[in-house]
Amino acid sequence: MKYLDEFSDPDLAARLVDEIHAVTTRPWAMMEVCGGQTHSIIRHGIDQLLPEGVEMIHGPGCPVCVTPLETIDKALAIAEQPGVIFCSFGDMLRVPGSSKDLFSIKSAGGDVRVVYSPLDALKLARDNPDRQVVFFGIGFETTAPANAMTVYQAKRQGITNFSLLVSHVLVPPAIAAIMESPRCRVQAFLAAGHVCSVMGTSEYPPLAERYGVPIVVTGFEPLDILEGIRRTLLQLESGRHELENAYPRAVTDQGNLAAMEMLRDVFEVTDRTWRGIGMIPGSGWKLSERYADFDAERRFSVTDIHTAESALCRSGEVLQGLIKPHECAAFGKECTPRKPLGATMVSSEGACAAYYTYRRLDLLTTTSS
Amino acid sequence: MTNDLDFEGWTCPLPLRDTPTIVMGHGGGGAMSGELIEQLFLPAFGGAARAELGDSAVLTVPHGRLAFSTDSFVVKPMFFPGGSIGDLAVNGTVNDLAMSGATPLYLSTAFILAEGTPMSDIGRVATAIGKAAEVAGVQLVTGDTKVVDSGSGDGIYVNTAGIGVIADGVEIGPHRARAGDAVLVSGDIGVHGVAVMSCREGLEFGTTIESDSAPLHGLVAEMLATGIDVRVLRDPTRGGVSATLNEIARASGVGIELVERDLPIPPGVRDACGLLGLDPLQVANEGKLLAIVPADRAEEMLEAMRRHPNGARARRIGACVEDHPRMVVARTGLGGTRVIDLPIGEQLPRIC
Repeated sequence: MKYLDEFSDPDLAARLVDEIHAVTTRPWAMMEVCGGQTHSIIRHGIDQLLPEGVEMIHGPGCPVCVTPLETIDKALAIAEQPGVIFCSFGDMLRVPGSSKDLFSIKSAGGDVRVVYSPLDALKLARDNPDRQVVFFGIGFETTAPANAMTVYQAKRQGITNFSLLVSHVLVPPAIAAIMESPRCRVQAFLAAGHVCSVMGTSEYPPLAERYGVPIVVTGFEPLDILEGIRRTLLQLESGRHELENAYPRAVTDQGNLAAMEMLRDVFEVTDRTWRGIGMIPGSGWKLSERYADFDAERRFSVTDIHTAESALCRSGEVLQGLIKPHECAAFGKECTPRKPLGATMVSSEGACAAYYTYRRLDLLTTTSS
Repeated sequence: MTNDLDFEGWTCPLPLRDTPTIVMGHGGGGAMSGELIEQLFLPAFGGAARAELGDSAVLTVPHGRLAFSTDSFVVKPMFFPGGSIGDLAVNGTVNDLAMSGATPLYLSTAFILAEGTPMSDIGRVATAIGKAAEVAGVQLVTGDTKVVDSGSGDGIYVNTAGIGVIADGVEIGPHRARAGDAVLVSGDIGVHGVAVMSCREGLEFGTTIESDSAPLHGLVAEMLATGIDVRVLRDPTRGGVSATLNEIARASGVGIELVERDLPIPPGVRDACGLLGLDPLQVANEGKLLAIVPADRAEEMLEAMRRHPNGARARRIGACVEDHPRMVVARTGLGGTRVIDLPIGEQLPRIC
């Protein structure tokens, strides 16, 4: 497929790696924001190719990982109600709530379905007028436009048995929160390419300026990531801190105007709790008053569910780049992809799961030597 | 009773017998069950069926050790590009036998049918079973049919069990891999899983990929004929190459190192997996085998495999090593390494 092969070319990758080594004179710590980038870095072993001292800190950009336990518990409470068809993207099914996950609701007879687009859930609602169909609308600015479009269509078509359980999160406030953290070690960011393809890049120059950090919009294939790292290192080494777009084939400065217009109509900014991190002001979207009728939390009266996070799990520190996954005492012991304590171990995009799946060998070697 | 009336073969004249779909009566063991067998299954099975219809098949087996295997098939959808649940039901069990070096001889076929399943679907599946058995050279010697309420099952479930015989001197097992051995694959991987996914409800995507479902005992016979010590044979079905190699590494206590660049992953599989966020190494295959052979005979073995149509694209993809015992590790295209883990359960498409 175009863009998969070209952007994985080993010879070009080797040239980029050489350039990265040539420009690097000292240790640096940069954060890739998006979970898709974390996955790609670990999957291809990209961090092993970097100069010693150049550290990739895995950011809080996996939507599955940062969805708060409380929201998962609300999802579970809705999904087990009779007459409900609960629809979700696949990897949310395994995320543990306080006592169970959506898979266990399904095996107990709940109607939980994996869909590949929220519009499929809307179709289910149209086809099952006597059932309540709920879609679990999570994710960053990337998945939000499709969810917004679905609610917009539901309203337009008068489909009243559809609702959305919303837990959208936003990247720029998270970057600000990370930089404001007193223990912050991040010196630069690879910004999430697909978020920027929706929102454009205008939110980032003020962040680069305020915190004095280079921010490079980066794609997801191996060459994209290496190029993002190379440009970030060039800025760091020369003392610059600007916004750069290293993913121009998908990202324009102004973003997707139609999508942004729809987002403004359907959603409004709200404070949002991030799993393992805590509440970040203005870091989420909820349905705007115009679409409040489609809010599953109100429809199913689950607004009273409040849940605390696991005390053993240090995913919050992992998500902020304060520790590496294996530095958590529970990593690989009480907490594995099969029995995850925190969400970073659940999704294959989560930093802990990526370490567990692809990096156990190094960890074993390090421990035994 | 007068002699003018012939009650033989008489059944209730309610119009059940011409139903276009399965009804509970087809599993009742009465006339309707008999008709289903005689008018649908046996003709569809064709030459592969041995229609003695006793309570059990009485079989003659040649001298040697017997291999015996069973597998159930619940694939959804039942029909997919390049095959159907019928092809899988035959080839799956045939291949399980072949992986121990056996020549498959006899199969049983048992159906669990959901009430309301169209007869035409059952006919298509049964015809596929007959054809696949004929191609594989196995006889369908015994069977069973049950019907469950609509809602208790889903379409057609098939179980097959098979018997084969293993020639003297053939010793193949998952525990026999040794450090230094070569890991071979008989052709492109991930093809079956992607073909099935491409037509799964809610996920339809256009692809020219067709299932690779095929019987492998012919290829295995070619491999055994070389006289090379085939240490391990496995067909990487559910869980894909990743699950199978992990099982071999654990059973043999060796490490396995794969070279990602050498993996035969066709572009259509790579693209579909890229879109869905799946790992081709975890995607199911239905007509491929993994073989572990001594490294110094690997090229000779590959030549033999390539002479057979089902092994035409055979390749060496890695080696058994002393390092990281019981673990499978891949050298990535860029020169890094990653652990290839046993998949946890179902592969879940990623959100973005």
